Amino acid sequence: MRENLAKAMGWANTEFFRRAQLPKSYTDLLGRKLFLFLLTLQGLVAFALITLGVMLRKSRTARKVIRPRIRQEIARAGVALLPMFIFVALALGFLVVGQTVSALAKFGATDYLGTTMVIVVVRELGPLLAAMLVLARVGTAHVIELGTARALGEVEALEALGIDPVHYLIVPRVIGMAVGVFSLTVYLIIGALVSGYLFAFLQDVPLTPGDYFKQIAGALGWLDFVLLALKTIAFGFFIAIVTCYHGLARPLRLEDVSRVAVRAVSQGVIVCVLIDALFILLYLVT
Amino acid sequence: MSGPENTLTIEMRDVSIGAIRDIGFIVLEDVNWSVAPGEFWAIAGQQHSGKSDFLMLAAGLMAPAKGDCKLFGMETRTLNEATLAERLRVGFVFEGGQLFHQLTIRENVTLPLQYHRDLPPGEAAREVAALLELLELTPLAEVTPANVSDNWLQRAALARALMLKPEVLLLDNPLTDLGARHRQWWLRFLDQLWRGHDWCGGRPMTLVATTDDLRPWQNAKRKFAVLRDKKFFPLGSWNEVASANDPVVQELLAAPVELTSSA
Repeated sequence: MRENLAKAMGWANTEFFRRAQLPKSYTDLLGRKLFLFLLTLQGLVAFALITLGVMLRKSRTARKVIRPRIRQEIARAGVALLPMFIFVALALGFLVVGQTVSALAKFGATDYLGTTMVIVVVRELGPLLAAMLVLARVGTAHVIELGTARALGEVEALEALGIDPVHYLIVPRVIGMAVGVFSLTVYLIIGALVSGYLFAFLQDVPLTPGDYFKQIAGALGWLDFVLLALKTIAFGFFIAIVTCYHGLARPLRLEDVSRVAVRAVSQGVIVCVLIDALFILLYLVT
Repeated sequence: MSGPENTLTIEMRDVSIGAIRDIGFIVLEDVNWSVAPGEFWAIAGQQHSGKSDFLMLAAGLMAPAKGDCKLFGMETRTLNEATLAERLRVGFVFEGGQLFHQLTIRENVTLPLQYHRDLPPGEAAREVAALLELLELTPLAEVTPANVSDNWLQRAALARALMLKPEVLLLDNPLTDLGARHRQWWLRFLDQLWRGHDWCGGRPMTLVATTDDLRPWQNAKRKFAVLRDKKFFPLGSWNEVASANDPVVQELLAAPVELTSSA
């Protein structure tokens, strides 16, 4: 409850360093940036662990309140974004997949189609694009909502009512975003592969739908499904952690909210790229 | 003091209080204060004298920078999830309400009940409806806080604090920005709570309210204190307040009462 937030606040207190005057030398500036990075990293890890702890410990607490909130967050980070994702899937299919298919067909390299599609769309572009879109659409809203709630004293009001702010405000958002990014990535990949074939078909590429999907299915291994699920859930989890951490874990004034939102989105992008790099290593190792 | 009936409701010994926004900035020092069950305190102080921080500490929402603060005989430092039941014996009304802006008034009032009590939906709805009716909030039940005037926001915050039928009610500047009619309603209703309202099973409630205007609180049975120069000064009854030579008390007694028409 209060102690959860207090711990996170303790780790989030980087304002002193951010607002200090610029150092005179580049090495000092570099040192400060490094120090700030480490403090932020420490804060994010602590916040993630606190959230996981609350999620597990309070899985049976106040279900009547938390379950509708989780459903609401899944709808917001998943279902509500479907129209946009259908559009993006079509665009991705036309722009990337269709062109790749026709280029490979020109060189008679259609045998590599499945592998190329799996690497480009299933492993890399699909999950990362889905994560970025959810970060932009929902992550930003998280920072603004939570930052405003913090600035207006609503977090203290929750504590006064004996309600754990991490349980009430963060846990539904984290679960909603993890489920949302995972589901949307699946839809995005399917949509991009289908629309890609349509684009190739319109260009008279000599490839039957059966061959196209057979090659893709042949190139997919069980590990692709497992790592895709893990990666997208990790994206959703950490985007929610970064955005909620910046919105909630430190006392804010209303004028700070926009600045913090920008910082949260930048850090969200960095975190997603780092997670992606980690999964590339996993693919290479396995 | 022995036995739960005799346990002091709130007890502060040599307490220093930090600001809620910056715990390192001390707003009050050497506070010694105790509240017995059934007392009604009005704590007066000028703007930025630390009234809100004082009340937050009393509610166990923050730890003292120094000294010991007890709630129902338990150190507030040790209040955690295991002692949640003690925390729920205290209701808190924030200055300005601090309602959850995305929820309607009904949802705001329902939230603590839904979170802490596993009641069937029908029963919970009946309880909430009864409380909204009692506080004349039924017409505003489906409205979000942004569309409600300050007078009613404050009353909705009172409803939220009363939902769990607390034994102690802490109110941060509850009469600020209220119209004359609402102010009268509040004073009358708080008096009913103090004497024992049916809503709380007729049990007398312990009340602590902060204020920057002492005059509306005039009542021989209330106890008064003032926050000045980072110190806490108990004043005693209204007679002692009225005869005090303290310039700050004089100023708080002379605070202009805004007689606006109520919404």
